[in-house]
Amino acid sequence: MSDVKKTATRESYGNALKELGALHPDVIVFDADLSASTKTGVFRAAYPERHFNCGIAEGNMMAVAAGAAAMGLVPFASSFAMFASGRAFEQVRNSIGYTQLNVKIGATHGGISVGEDGASHQCCEDFALMRSIPGMVVMSPADDAEAKAMVFAAYDHPGPVYMRFGRAPVPAVHGDDYKFTIGKGETLAEGTDVAIIANGLCVAEALGARDILAQEGISARVINMGTIKPLDEELVLKAARECRKIVTCEEHSVIGGLGEAVCAVVAEAGLACPVKRVGVQDVFGHSGPFTALLEEFGLTAPHIAEACR
Amino acid sequence: MTSKEKKQLAIAACKIRMGALEGVHAAKAGHPGGSLSAADMFAYLYFKELNVDPAKPHMEDRDRFVLSKGHTAPGLYATLALRGFFPWEDLKTLRQIGSHLQGHPNMAMTPGVDMSTGSLGQGVSAAAGMALAAKVKGLPIRVYTLLGDGEIEEGEVWEATMFAHHHKLDNLCVIVDNNGLQIDGPIDQVMSPYPIPEKFNAFGLHVIEIDGHDFDQIEAALNEARETKGVPTAIVMKTVKGKGVSFMENQASWHGKAPNDEEYKKAMDDLNARMAELEGEKDE
Repeated sequence: MSDVKKTATRESYGNALKELGALHPDVIVFDADLSASTKTGVFRAAYPERHFNCGIAEGNMMAVAAGAAAMGLVPFASSFAMFASGRAFEQVRNSIGYTQLNVKIGATHGGISVGEDGASHQCCEDFALMRSIPGMVVMSPADDAEAKAMVFAAYDHPGPVYMRFGRAPVPAVHGDDYKFTIGKGETLAEGTDVAIIANGLCVAEALGARDILAQEGISARVINMGTIKPLDEELVLKAARECRKIVTCEEHSVIGGLGEAVCAVVAEAGLACPVKRVGVQDVFGHSGPFTALLEEFGLTAPHIAEACR
Repeated sequence: MTSKEKKQLAIAACKIRMGALEGVHAAKAGHPGGSLSAADMFAYLYFKELNVDPAKPHMEDRDRFVLSKGHTAPGLYATLALRGFFPWEDLKTLRQIGSHLQGHPNMAMTPGVDMSTGSLGQGVSAAAGMALAAKVKGLPIRVYTLLGDGEIEEGEVWEATMFAHHHKLDNLCVIVDNNGLQIDGPIDQVMSPYPIPEKFNAFGLHVIEIDGHDFDQIEAALNEARETKGVPTAIVMKTVKGKGVSFMENQASWHGKAPNDEEYKKAMDDLNARMAELEGEKDE
Protein backbone atom coordinates (compact mmCIF):
# COMPACT_ATOMS: atom_id res chain seq x y z
CA MET A 1 0.00 0.00 0.00
CA SER A 2 3.03 2.25 -0.41
CA ASP A 3 1.23 4.38 -3.00
CA VAL A 4 -1.69 5.08 -0.64
CA LYS A 5 -1.70 8.35 1.28
CA LYS A 6 -0.93 7.87 4.97
CA THR A 7 -2.08 10.15 7.77
CA ALA A 8 -1.94 9.82 11.54
CA THR A 9 -5.49 10.15 12.83
CA ARG A 10 -4.32 12.63 15.50
CA GLU A 11 -3.52 14.95 12.57
CA SER A 12 -7.03 14.38 11.26
CA TYR A 13 -8.38 15.25 14.71
CA GLY A 14 -6.57 18.60 14.85
CA ASN A 15 -7.61 19.49 11.31
CA ALA A 16 -11.23 18.49 11.92
CA LEU A 17 -11.36 20.57 15.12
CA LYS A 18 -10.24 23.59 13.16
CA GLU A 19 -12.97 23.02 10.54
CA LEU A 20 -15.56 22.44 13.25
CA GLY A 21 -14.48 25.59 15.07
CA ALA A 22 -15.13 27.63 11.93
CA LEU A 23 -18.70 26.34 11.76
CA HIS A 24 -19.61 26.38 15.44
CA PRO A 25 -18.66 29.18 17.84
CA ASP A 26 -19.67 27.00 20.82
CA VAL A 27 -16.76 24.60 20.25
CA ILE A 28 -13.95 25.07 22.76
CA VAL A 29 -10.86 22.92 23.23
CA PHE A 30 -8.98 21.91 26.35
CA ASP A 31 -5.57 20.33 26.35
CA ALA A 32 -3.19 19.17 29.07
CA ASP A 33 0.21 20.38 27.85
CA LEU A 34 0.23 18.10 24.81
CA SER A 35 -1.23 20.35 22.12
CA ALA A 36 1.70 19.77 19.77
CA SER A 37 1.20 16.00 20.01
CA THR A 38 -2.59 15.79 20.19
CA LYS A 39 -2.73 18.37 17.36
CA THR A 40 -5.20 20.60 19.16
CA GLY A 41 -2.51 23.19 18.46
CA VAL A 42 -3.96 23.34 14.94
CA PHE A 43 -7.23 24.56 16.45
CA ARG A 44 -5.41 26.95 18.78
CA ALA A 45 -3.56 28.58 15.87
CA ALA A 46 -6.94 29.41 14.31
CA TYR A 47 -8.97 30.12 17.46
CA PRO A 48 -6.61 31.00 20.32
CA GLU A 49 -9.47 32.53 22.31
CA ARG A 50 -11.26 29.17 22.41
CA HIS A 51 -8.29 26.94 23.30
CA PHE A 52 -7.39 26.52 26.97
CA ASN A 53 -4.37 24.79 28.36
CA CYS A 54 -5.03 22.98 31.63
CA GLY A 55 -1.40 22.06 32.19
CA ILE A 56 -0.42 18.58 33.28
CA ALA A 57 -3.61 17.95 35.24
CA GLU A 58 -5.92 15.69 33.28
CA GLY A 59 -8.39 14.97 36.07
CA ASN A 60 -9.04 18.66 36.57
CA MET A 61 -9.31 19.14 32.79
CA MET A 62 -12.14 16.62 32.50
CA ALA A 63 -14.20 18.18 35.29
CA VAL A 64 -13.46 21.68 33.96
CA ALA A 65 -14.78 20.51 30.59
CA ALA A 66 -17.88 19.20 32.34
CA GLY A 67 -18.45 22.62 33.89
CA ALA A 68 -18.05 24.30 30.51
CA ALA A 69 -20.53 21.84 28.98
CA ALA A 70 -22.99 22.61 31.79
CA MET A 71 -22.85 26.22 30.53
CA GLY A 72 -23.89 25.14 27.04
CA LEU A 73 -20.51 25.06 25.31
CA VAL A 74 -19.25 21.97 23.45
CA PRO A 75 -15.83 21.20 24.87
CA PHE A 76 -13.35 18.82 23.27
CA ALA A 77 -10.88 17.71 25.96
CA SER A 78 -7.64 16.17 24.78
CA SER A 79 -4.72 14.24 26.12
CA PHE A 80 -3.03 10.92 25.45
CA ALA A 81 -5.41 7.96 25.74
CA MET A 82 -3.53 6.72 28.80
CA PHE A 83 -4.25 9.88 30.77
CA ALA A 84 -7.64 10.79 29.28
CA SER A 85 -9.14 7.38 30.04
CA GLY A 86 -6.83 6.15 32.78
CA ARG A 87 -5.62 9.00 34.95
CA ALA A 88 -8.89 10.89 34.59
CA PHE A 89 -11.19 7.87 34.64
CA GLU A 90 -13.10 8.87 37.73
CA GLN A 91 -13.61 12.46 36.60
CA VAL A 92 -14.85 11.14 33.26
CA ARG A 93 -17.12 8.66 35.02
CA ASN A 94 -18.62 11.06 37.56
CA SER A 95 -18.46 14.54 36.05
CA ILE A 96 -19.05 13.57 32.39
CA GLY A 97 -20.64 10.11 32.35
CA TYR A 98 -22.98 10.34 35.33
CA THR A 99 -24.06 13.83 34.33
CA GLN A 100 -24.32 12.93 30.61
CA LEU A 101 -22.81 16.34 29.93
CA ASN A 102 -21.94 17.20 26.36
CA VAL A 103 -18.17 16.65 26.56
CA LYS A 104 -16.14 15.14 23.71
CA ILE A 105 -12.92 13.43 24.71
CA GLY A 106 -10.28 13.39 21.97
CA ALA A 107 -7.70 10.87 23.13
CA THR A 108 -4.62 10.51 20.97
CA HIS A 109 -1.70 8.09 21.17
CA GLY A 110 -3.89 5.07 21.77
CA GLY A 111 -2.51 1.55 21.59
CA ILE A 112 0.87 -0.05 21.13
CA SER A 113 1.75 2.03 18.06
CA VAL A 114 2.78 4.88 20.38
CA GLY A 115 6.11 3.12 19.88
CA GLU A 116 9.29 4.45 21.43
CA ASP A 117 7.67 6.00 24.53
CA GLY A 118 7.09 2.50 25.83
CA ALA A 119 4.47 0.76 27.92
CA SER A 120 3.78 3.65 30.31
CA HIS A 121 2.24 5.52 27.36
CA GLN A 122 0.88 2.61 25.30
CA CYS A 123 -2.75 2.56 26.40
CA CYS A 124 -4.41 -0.75 25.53
CA GLU A 125 -7.15 -0.43 28.14
CA ASP A 126 -9.11 2.66 27.09
CA PHE A 127 -11.91 0.88 25.20
CA ALA A 128 -12.52 -1.31 28.24
CA LEU A 129 -12.56 1.63 30.65
CA MET A 130 -14.73 3.90 28.53
CA ARG A 131 -17.17 1.15 27.45
CA SER A 132 -17.95 0.51 31.09
CA ILE A 133 -19.40 4.01 31.57
CA PRO A 134 -23.16 4.15 30.89
CA GLY A 135 -24.07 6.38 27.96
CA MET A 136 -20.51 6.84 26.74
CA VAL A 137 -20.01 6.56 22.97
CA VAL A 138 -16.63 4.94 22.20
CA MET A 139 -15.06 5.27 18.75
CA SER A 140 -11.78 4.59 16.99
CA PRO A 141 -11.28 5.59 13.34
CA ALA A 142 -9.46 3.59 10.68
CA ASP A 143 -8.13 6.50 8.69
CA ASP A 144 -8.12 10.22 7.99
CA ALA A 145 -11.58 10.44 6.41
CA GLU A 146 -13.21 8.46 9.19
CA ALA A 147 -11.42 10.38 11.92
CA LYS A 148 -12.64 13.70 10.55
CA ALA A 149 -16.16 12.37 10.09
CA MET A 150 -16.17 11.13 13.68
CA VAL A 151 -15.27 14.54 15.05
CA PHE A 152 -18.22 16.07 13.20
CA ALA A 153 -20.53 13.24 14.29
CA ALA A 154 -19.37 13.67 17.89
CA TYR A 155 -20.33 17.35 17.77
CA ASP A 156 -23.80 16.47 16.48
CA HIS A 157 -24.32 13.77 19.11
CA PRO A 158 -25.78 15.12 22.36
CA GLY A 159 -23.83 13.64 25.25
CA PRO A 160 -20.42 12.25 26.11
CA VAL A 161 -18.19 10.77 23.43
CA TYR A 162 -14.74 9.16 23.66
CA MET A 163 -12.65 9.15 20.49
CA ARG A 164 -9.34 7.35 20.23
CA PHE A 165 -6.83 8.55 17.65
CA GLY A 166 -3.43 7.17 16.75
CA ARG A 167 0.10 8.51 16.62
CA ALA A 168 1.26 6.40 13.67
CA PRO A 169 0.39 7.24 10.05
CA VAL A 170 -2.24 4.90 8.63
CA PRO A 171 -3.25 4.39 4.98
CA ALA A 172 -6.55 5.71 3.67
CA VAL A 173 -9.24 3.05 3.36
CA HIS A 174 -12.00 5.51 2.54
CA GLY A 175 -12.58 8.16 -0.08
CA ASP A 176 -13.02 11.77 0.99
CA ASP A 177 -16.78 11.48 0.51
CA TYR A 178 -17.04 8.86 3.29
CA LYS A 179 -20.19 9.14 5.40
CA PHE A 180 -19.97 8.02 9.02
CA THR A 181 -22.83 7.27 11.38
CA ILE A 182 -22.27 6.63 15.10
CA GLY A 183 -23.16 3.03 15.92
CA LYS A 184 -22.97 1.76 12.34
CA GLY A 185 -20.29 -0.62 11.15
CA GLU A 186 -19.22 -0.76 7.56
CA THR A 187 -18.57 -3.75 5.31
CA LEU A 188 -15.45 -2.76 3.41
CA ALA A 189 -15.15 -6.04 1.51
CA GLU A 190 -17.54 -8.95 1.10
CA GLY A 191 -16.62 -12.52 1.97
CA THR A 192 -18.26 -15.72 3.12
CA ASP A 193 -15.74 -17.93 4.92
CA VAL A 194 -14.56 -15.65 7.66
CA ALA A 195 -15.52 -12.17 8.84
CA ILE A 196 -12.77 -9.92 10.17
CA ILE A 197 -14.17 -7.20 12.41
CA ALA A 198 -11.57 -4.53 13.08
CA ASN A 199 -11.08 -0.90 14.01
CA GLY A 200 -8.31 1.66 14.04
CA LEU A 201 -5.08 0.83 12.26
CA CYS A 202 -6.06 -2.85 12.26
CA VAL A 203 -8.59 -2.17 9.49
CA ALA A 204 -5.89 -1.67 6.87
CA GLU A 205 -4.13 -4.77 8.20
CA ALA A 206 -7.38 -6.72 7.96
CA LEU A 207 -7.67 -5.75 4.30
CA GLY A 208 -4.11 -7.01 3.84
CA ALA A 209 -5.05 -10.27 5.53
CA ARG A 210 -7.99 -10.60 3.14
CA ASP A 211 -5.56 -10.44 0.19
CA ILE A 212 -3.33 -13.11 1.72
CA LEU A 213 -6.32 -15.37 2.36
CA ALA A 214 -7.69 -14.84 -1.14
CA GLN A 215 -4.55 -16.43 -2.57
CA GLU A 216 -5.39 -19.50 -0.52
CA GLY A 217 -8.98 -19.56 -1.70
CA ILE A 218 -10.36 -18.29 1.60
CA SER A 219 -13.04 -15.64 1.25
CA ALA A 220 -12.78 -13.03 4.01
CA ARG A 221 -15.31 -10.31 4.76
CA VAL A 222 -13.80 -7.16 6.28
CA ILE A 223 -15.93 -5.04 8.57
CA ASN A 224 -14.73 -1.70 9.90
CA MET A 225 -16.30 -1.25 13.32
CA GLY A 226 -15.45 2.39 14.01
CA THR A 227 -17.94 2.61 16.87
CA ILE A 228 -17.20 0.15 19.66
CA LYS A 229 -20.13 1.41 21.74
CA PRO A 230 -22.94 1.37 20.85
CA LEU A 231 -21.94 -1.69 18.84
CA ASP A 232 -23.59 -2.43 15.50
CA GLU A 233 -25.01 -5.73 16.76
CA GLU A 234 -27.02 -6.33 13.61
CA LEU A 235 -23.91 -6.31 11.45
CA VAL A 236 -22.10 -8.63 13.89
CA LEU A 237 -24.99 -11.11 13.91
CA LYS A 238 -25.24 -11.01 10.11
CA ALA A 239 -21.56 -11.92 9.94
CA ALA A 240 -22.05 -14.69 12.52
CA ARG A 241 -24.87 -16.15 10.46
CA GLU A 242 -23.21 -15.86 7.05
CA CYS A 243 -19.60 -16.73 7.84
CA ARG A 244 -18.06 -19.79 9.50
CA LYS A 245 -15.87 -17.76 11.81
CA ILE A 246 -15.35 -14.25 13.14
CA VAL A 247 -11.94 -12.76 13.85
CA THR A 248 -11.84 -9.50 15.74
CA CYS A 249 -8.79 -7.29 15.51
CA GLU A 250 -7.94 -4.23 17.55
CA GLU A 251 -4.94 -2.36 18.90
CA HIS A 252 -6.17 -2.95 22.44
CA SER A 253 -6.08 -5.61 25.10
CA VAL A 254 -8.15 -8.66 24.18
CA ILE A 255 -9.81 -7.97 27.53
CA GLY A 256 -12.68 -5.51 27.48
CA GLY A 257 -12.48 -4.14 23.96
CA LEU A 258 -14.10 -4.77 20.57
CA GLY A 259 -13.34 -8.50 20.73
CA GLU A 260 -15.20 -9.08 23.95
CA ALA A 261 -18.07 -6.89 22.78
CA VAL A 262 -18.44 -9.03 19.66
CA CYS A 263 -18.16 -12.26 21.68
CA ALA A 264 -20.96 -11.12 23.96
CA VAL A 265 -23.30 -10.34 21.08
CA VAL A 266 -22.67 -13.66 19.32
CA ALA A 267 -22.89 -15.72 22.51
CA GLU A 268 -26.05 -14.04 23.79
CA ALA A 269 -27.73 -14.59 20.44
CA GLY A 270 -27.00 -18.31 20.87
CA LEU A 271 -25.09 -18.53 17.60
CA ALA A 272 -22.47 -21.23 17.19
CA CYS A 273 -20.03 -19.06 15.27
CA PRO A 274 -16.54 -19.20 16.85
CA VAL A 275 -14.86 -15.85 17.56
CA LYS A 276 -11.11 -15.43 17.66
CA ARG A 277 -9.72 -12.24 19.21
CA VAL A 278 -6.60 -10.67 17.75
CA GLY A 279 -5.26 -7.95 20.04
CA VAL A 280 -2.71 -7.35 22.75
CA GLN A 281 -2.66 -10.55 24.80
CA ASP A 282 -2.93 -9.28 28.40
CA VAL A 283 0.67 -8.08 28.43
CA PHE A 284 2.37 -4.69 28.58
CA GLY A 285 4.24 -3.36 25.56
CA HIS A 286 7.71 -1.88 25.42
CA SER A 287 9.76 0.67 23.48
CA GLY A 288 10.49 0.25 19.80
CA PRO A 289 9.49 1.42 16.33
CA PHE A 290 5.74 1.00 15.94
CA THR A 291 6.01 -1.23 12.87
CA ALA A 292 8.19 -3.69 14.79
CA LEU A 293 5.82 -3.57 17.76
CA LEU A 294 2.75 -4.29 15.64
CA GLU A 295 4.64 -7.28 14.23
CA GLU A 296 5.80 -8.49 17.65
CA PHE A 297 2.39 -8.13 19.27
CA GLY A 298 0.64 -9.89 16.41
CA LEU A 299 -1.41 -7.07 14.92
CA THR A 300 -0.30 -7.21 11.26
CA ALA A 301 -1.92 -8.78 8.21
CA PRO A 302 -0.07 -12.15 8.36
CA HIS A 303 -1.10 -12.62 12.01
CA ILE A 304 -4.68 -11.76 11.26
CA ALA A 305 -4.65 -14.13 8.29
CA GLU A 306 -3.29 -16.89 10.53
CA ALA A 307 -6.12 -16.32 13.02
CA CYS A 308 -8.59 -16.65 10.15
CA ARG A 309 -7.34 -20.04 8.94
CA MET B 1 -27.14 44.81 56.84
CA THR B 2 -30.10 45.77 58.99
CA SER B 3 -30.84 43.75 62.10
CA LYS B 4 -34.13 42.76 60.46
CA GLU B 5 -32.28 41.30 57.49
CA LYS B 6 -29.86 39.56 59.79
CA LYS B 7 -32.76 38.09 61.77
CA GLN B 8 -34.42 36.86 58.58
CA LEU B 9 -31.18 35.19 57.50
CA ALA B 10 -30.76 33.60 60.93
CA ILE B 11 -34.31 32.26 60.74
CA ALA B 12 -33.64 30.90 57.24
CA ALA B 13 -30.44 29.23 58.46
CA CYS B 14 -32.32 27.71 61.39
CA LYS B 15 -34.97 26.33 59.03
CA ILE B 16 -32.24 24.97 56.76
CA ARG B 17 -30.74 23.15 59.75
CA MET B 18 -34.18 21.72 60.60
CA GLY B 19 -34.77 20.65 56.98
CA ALA B 20 -31.38 19.00 56.71
CA LEU B 21 -32.01 16.99 59.88
CA GLU B 22 -35.54 16.15 58.79
CA GLY B 23 -34.16 14.61 55.61
CA VAL B 24 -31.30 12.75 57.26
CA HIS B 25 -33.59 11.45 60.02
CA ALA B 26 -36.17 10.21 57.52
CA ALA B 27 -33.47 8.62 55.36
CA LYS B 28 -31.79 7.08 58.42
CA ALA B 29 -28.55 8.10 56.68
CA GLY B 30 -26.74 11.15 55.41
CA HIS B 31 -24.39 13.87 56.53
CA PRO B 32 -25.70 16.26 59.18
CA GLY B 33 -22.43 17.70 60.56
CA GLY B 34 -21.25 19.55 57.46
CA SER B 35 -24.79 20.53 56.49
CA LEU B 36 -25.17 22.33 59.80
CA SER B 37 -21.75 24.02 59.68
CA ALA B 38 -22.52 25.46 56.24
CA ALA B 39 -26.15 26.44 56.92
CA ASP B 40 -25.44 30.14 57.53
CA MET B 41 -23.48 30.38 54.28
CA PHE B 42 -26.23 28.47 52.43
CA ALA B 43 -28.79 30.95 53.80
CA TYR B 44 -26.79 34.01 52.81
CA LEU B 45 -25.97 32.68 49.34
CA TYR B 46 -29.51 31.71 48.39
CA PHE B 47 -31.38 34.54 50.13
CA LYS B 48 -29.04 37.45 49.47
CA GLU B 49 -26.12 36.75 47.17
CA LEU B 50 -27.08 34.53 44.23
CA ASN B 51 -29.08 35.77 41.27
CA VAL B 52 -31.40 32.77 40.94
CA ASP B 53 -35.10 32.36 40.23
CA PRO B 54 -36.86 29.23 41.51
CA ALA B 55 -39.46 29.65 38.74
CA LYS B 56 -36.68 29.52 36.13
CA PRO B 57 -34.05 27.11 37.48
CA HIS B 58 -32.33 26.92 34.06
CA MET B 59 -32.20 30.63 33.20
CA GLU B 60 -28.93 31.21 31.40
CA ASP B 61 -27.79 34.31 33.25
CA ARG B 62 -28.27 32.92 36.75
CA ASP B 63 -25.36 32.72 39.12
CA ARG B 64 -24.09 29.16 39.58
CA PHE B 65 -23.49 27.30 42.82
CA VAL B 66 -21.58 24.03 42.94
CA LEU B 67 -21.62 22.08 46.18
CA SER B 68 -18.17 20.54 45.82
CA LYS B 69 -18.60 18.93 49.25
CA GLY B 70 -21.55 17.05 47.78
CA HIS B 71 -22.15 14.87 50.83
CA THR B 72 -23.71 17.85 52.57
CA ALA B 73 -26.57 17.66 50.09
CA PRO B 74 -29.16 17.64 52.93
CA GLY B 75 -28.18 21.24 53.71
CA LEU B 76 -28.37 22.27 50.06
CA TYR B 77 -31.71 20.52 49.55
CA ALA B 78 -33.25 22.24 52.57
CA THR B 79 -31.95 25.56 51.23
CA LEU B 80 -33.38 24.97 47.75
CA ALA B 81 -36.73 23.88 49.20
CA LEU B 82 -36.89 26.93 51.45
CA ARG B 83 -36.04 29.15 48.47
CA GLY B 84 -38.93 27.57 46.55
CA PHE B 85 -37.23 25.32 44.01
CA PHE B 86 -39.33 22.35 45.15
CA PRO B 87 -41.76 21.50 47.99
CA TRP B 88 -40.43 21.29 51.53
CA GLU B 89 -42.21 17.93 51.92
CA ASP B 90 -39.76 16.43 49.40
CA LEU B 91 -37.02 16.61 52.03
CA LYS B 92 -38.48 13.56 53.77
CA THR B 93 -37.85 11.51 50.60
CA LEU B 94 -34.08 12.00 50.80
CA ARG B 95 -32.16 8.93 49.61
CA GLN B 96 -35.36 6.96 48.93
CA ILE B 97 -36.20 5.06 45.73
CA GLY B 98 -38.14 7.35 43.41
CA SER B 99 -36.95 10.55 45.09
CA HIS B 100 -35.26 13.31 43.14
CA LEU B 101 -33.12 13.89 46.23
CA GLN B 102 -30.18 11.55 45.71
CA GLY B 103 -27.62 10.87 48.43
CA HIS B 104 -25.35 13.31 46.60
CA PRO B 105 -26.56 16.16 44.34
CA ASN B 106 -27.78 15.27 40.84
CA MET B 107 -28.22 18.17 38.41
CA ALA B 108 -30.56 16.23 36.13
CA MET B 109 -32.98 15.33 38.92
CA THR B 110 -33.16 18.18 41.41
CA PRO B 111 -34.33 21.66 40.39
CA GLY B 112 -31.73 24.25 41.40
CA VAL B 113 -28.75 21.90 41.47
CA ASP B 114 -26.22 23.26 38.96
CA MET B 115 -23.73 20.38 39.02
CA SER B 116 -23.75 16.74 40.09
CA THR B 117 -21.15 16.24 42.77
CA GLY B 118 -20.19 13.82 45.49
CA SER B 119 -16.74 12.66 44.45
CA LEU B 120 -14.63 15.18 46.32
CA GLY B 121 -12.45 17.61 44.40
CA GLN B 122 -14.44 17.52 41.18
CA GLY B 123 -16.97 20.22 42.00
CA VAL B 124 -14.37 22.96 42.24
CA SER B 125 -13.00 21.94 38.83
CA ALA B 126 -16.49 22.04 37.33
CA ALA B 127 -17.08 25.45 38.93
CA ALA B 128 -13.85 26.69 37.36
CA GLY B 129 -15.05 25.35 34.00
CA MET B 130 -18.34 27.22 34.45
CA ALA B 131 -16.53 30.44 35.33
CA LEU B 132 -14.31 30.07 32.26
CA ALA B 133 -17.31 29.32 30.04
CA ALA B 134 -19.13 32.38 31.40
CA LYS B 135 -16.20 34.52 30.29
CA VAL B 136 -16.09 32.83 26.86
CA LYS B 137 -19.81 33.50 26.46
CA GLY B 138 -19.62 37.02 27.85
CA LEU B 139 -22.10 36.24 30.61
CA PRO B 140 -21.66 38.59 33.57
CA ILE B 141 -22.49 35.91 36.12
CA ARG B 142 -20.65 34.67 39.17
CA VAL B 143 -19.85 31.09 40.14
CA TYR B 144 -19.62 29.95 43.75
CA THR B 145 -18.39 26.64 45.07
CA LEU B 146 -18.32 25.30 48.60
CA LEU B 147 -15.60 22.87 49.66
CA GLY B 148 -15.01 20.91 52.81
CA ASP B 149 -11.74 21.33 54.66
CA GLY B 150 -11.11 17.59 54.44
CA GLU B 151 -11.91 17.80 50.73
CA ILE B 152 -8.94 20.05 50.08
CA GLU B 153 -6.73 17.05 50.81
CA GLU B 154 -7.69 16.00 47.26
CA GLY B 155 -4.98 17.01 44.78
CA GLU B 156 -7.57 17.99 42.20
CA VAL B 157 -8.58 20.96 44.37
CA TRP B 158 -5.13 22.43 43.84
CA GLU B 159 -5.14 21.60 40.12
CA ALA B 160 -8.41 23.50 39.88
CA THR B 161 -7.11 26.38 41.98
CA MET B 162 -4.01 26.69 39.79
CA PHE B 163 -6.25 26.62 36.70
CA ALA B 164 -8.64 29.26 38.06
CA HIS B 165 -5.78 31.61 38.90
CA HIS B 166 -3.96 31.01 35.61
CA HIS B 167 -7.07 31.82 33.60
CA LYS B 168 -7.86 34.85 35.80
CA LEU B 169 -11.29 33.61 36.81
CA ASP B 170 -12.27 36.54 39.01
CA ASN B 171 -15.92 35.51 38.58
CA LEU B 172 -15.19 32.44 40.71
CA CYS B 173 -15.52 32.39 44.48
CA VAL B 174 -14.19 29.34 46.32
CA ILE B 175 -15.51 28.91 49.84
CA VAL B 176 -13.91 26.50 52.30
CA ASP B 177 -15.98 25.27 55.23
CA ASN B 178 -13.27 24.91 57.85
CA ASN B 179 -15.15 23.01 60.52
CA GLY B 180 -11.99 21.13 61.44
CA LEU B 181 -13.39 17.62 61.29
CA GLN B 182 -13.56 14.85 58.68
CA ILE B 183 -14.92 11.32 58.95
CA ASP B 184 -11.88 9.79 60.58
CA GLY B 185 -11.37 12.65 63.03
CA PRO B 186 -9.83 16.12 63.33
CA ILE B 187 -8.37 17.17 59.98
CA ASP B 188 -5.01 17.99 61.52
CA GLN B 189 -4.76 14.44 62.81
CA VAL B 190 -6.04 12.66 59.69
CA MET B 191 -4.03 14.61 57.07
CA SER B 192 -3.50 18.22 57.91
CA PRO B 193 -4.37 20.66 55.15
CA TYR B 194 -3.24 23.57 57.34
CA PRO B 195 -2.35 26.34 56.90
CA ILE B 196 -5.35 26.78 54.56
CA PRO B 197 -5.33 30.53 53.81
CA GLU B 198 -1.60 30.46 53.09
CA LYS B 199 -2.06 27.59 50.60
CA PHE B 200 -4.72 29.44 48.59
CA ASN B 201 -2.64 32.58 48.81
CA ALA B 202 0.37 30.72 47.44
CA PHE B 203 -1.77 29.63 44.48
CA GLY B 204 -2.46 33.30 43.76
CA LEU B 205 -6.02 33.64 45.01
CA HIS B 206 -7.31 36.60 46.96
CA VAL B 207 -7.95 35.10 50.40
CA ILE B 208 -10.46 36.28 52.99
CA GLU B 209 -10.77 34.67 56.41
CA ILE B 210 -14.07 34.91 58.24
CA ASP B 211 -16.28 33.44 60.93
CA GLY B 212 -18.74 31.39 58.88
CA HIS B 213 -21.53 31.96 61.38
CA ASP B 214 -21.37 35.77 61.29
CA PHE B 215 -23.61 37.26 58.60
CA ASP B 216 -21.83 40.62 58.63
CA GLN B 217 -18.53 38.91 57.92
CA ILE B 218 -20.11 36.66 55.26
CA GLU B 219 -21.59 39.71 53.54
CA ALA B 220 -18.37 41.70 53.70
CA ALA B 221 -16.38 38.76 52.29
CA LEU B 222 -18.75 38.09 49.40
CA ASN B 223 -18.83 41.80 48.56
CA GLU B 224 -15.04 41.92 48.62
CA ALA B 225 -14.92 38.83 46.39
CA ARG B 226 -17.23 40.49 43.88
CA GLU B 227 -15.05 43.58 43.78
CA THR B 228 -11.81 41.62 43.41
CA LYS B 229 -10.62 41.74 39.81
CA GLY B 230 -8.06 39.63 37.97
CA VAL B 231 -7.91 36.73 40.42
CA PRO B 232 -10.44 34.35 41.97
CA THR B 233 -11.27 34.73 45.65
CA ALA B 234 -11.05 32.06 48.34
CA ILE B 235 -13.13 32.59 51.46
CA VAL B 236 -11.90 30.41 54.29
CA MET B 237 -14.64 30.32 56.88
CA LYS B 238 -14.11 29.00 60.37
CA THR B 239 -17.20 27.08 61.38
CA VAL B 240 -18.48 24.66 63.97
CA LYS B 241 -19.35 21.21 62.67
CA GLY B 242 -22.88 20.32 63.77
CA LYS B 243 -23.58 24.02 64.55
CA GLY B 244 -26.92 24.64 66.23
CA VAL B 245 -27.44 21.18 67.71
CA SER B 246 -25.82 20.96 71.12
CA PHE B 247 -24.79 17.31 71.08
CA MET B 248 -23.57 17.37 67.46
CA GLU B 249 -21.30 20.39 67.75
CA ASN B 250 -17.61 19.65 67.19
CA GLN B 251 -18.22 15.89 67.02
CA ALA B 252 -16.63 14.04 64.09
CA SER B 253 -19.00 11.16 64.80
CA TRP B 254 -21.86 13.28 63.40
CA HIS B 255 -20.15 13.68 60.03
CA GLY B 256 -22.15 10.97 58.35
CA LYS B 257 -24.65 9.52 60.78
CA ALA B 258 -28.42 9.95 61.14
CA PRO B 259 -29.97 10.78 64.50
CA ASN B 260 -32.32 8.17 65.95
CA ASP B 261 -35.83 9.25 66.97
CA GLU B 262 -34.77 10.39 70.42
CA GLU B 263 -31.74 12.26 69.14
CA TYR B 264 -33.83 13.83 66.38
CA LYS B 265 -36.34 15.12 68.94
CA LYS B 266 -33.54 16.55 71.04
CA ALA B 267 -31.97 18.22 67.99
CA MET B 268 -35.29 19.73 66.95
CA ASP B 269 -35.82 20.97 70.51
CA ASP B 270 -32.53 22.83 70.25
CA LEU B 271 -33.45 24.34 66.91
CA ASN B 272 -37.02 25.18 67.93
CA ALA B 273 -35.67 26.96 70.99
CA ARG B 274 -33.31 28.93 68.74
CA MET B 275 -36.20 29.75 66.42
CA ALA B 276 -38.36 30.98 69.30
CA GLU B 277 -35.47 33.11 70.49
CA LEU B 278 -35.03 34.62 67.02
CA GLU B 279 -38.72 35.25 66.53
CA GLY B 280 -38.87 36.94 69.92
CA GLU B 281 -36.13 39.37 68.93
CA LYS B 282 -37.41 42.86 68.27
CA ASP B 283 -36.70 44.39 64.88
CA GLU B 284 -34.89 47.68 65.08
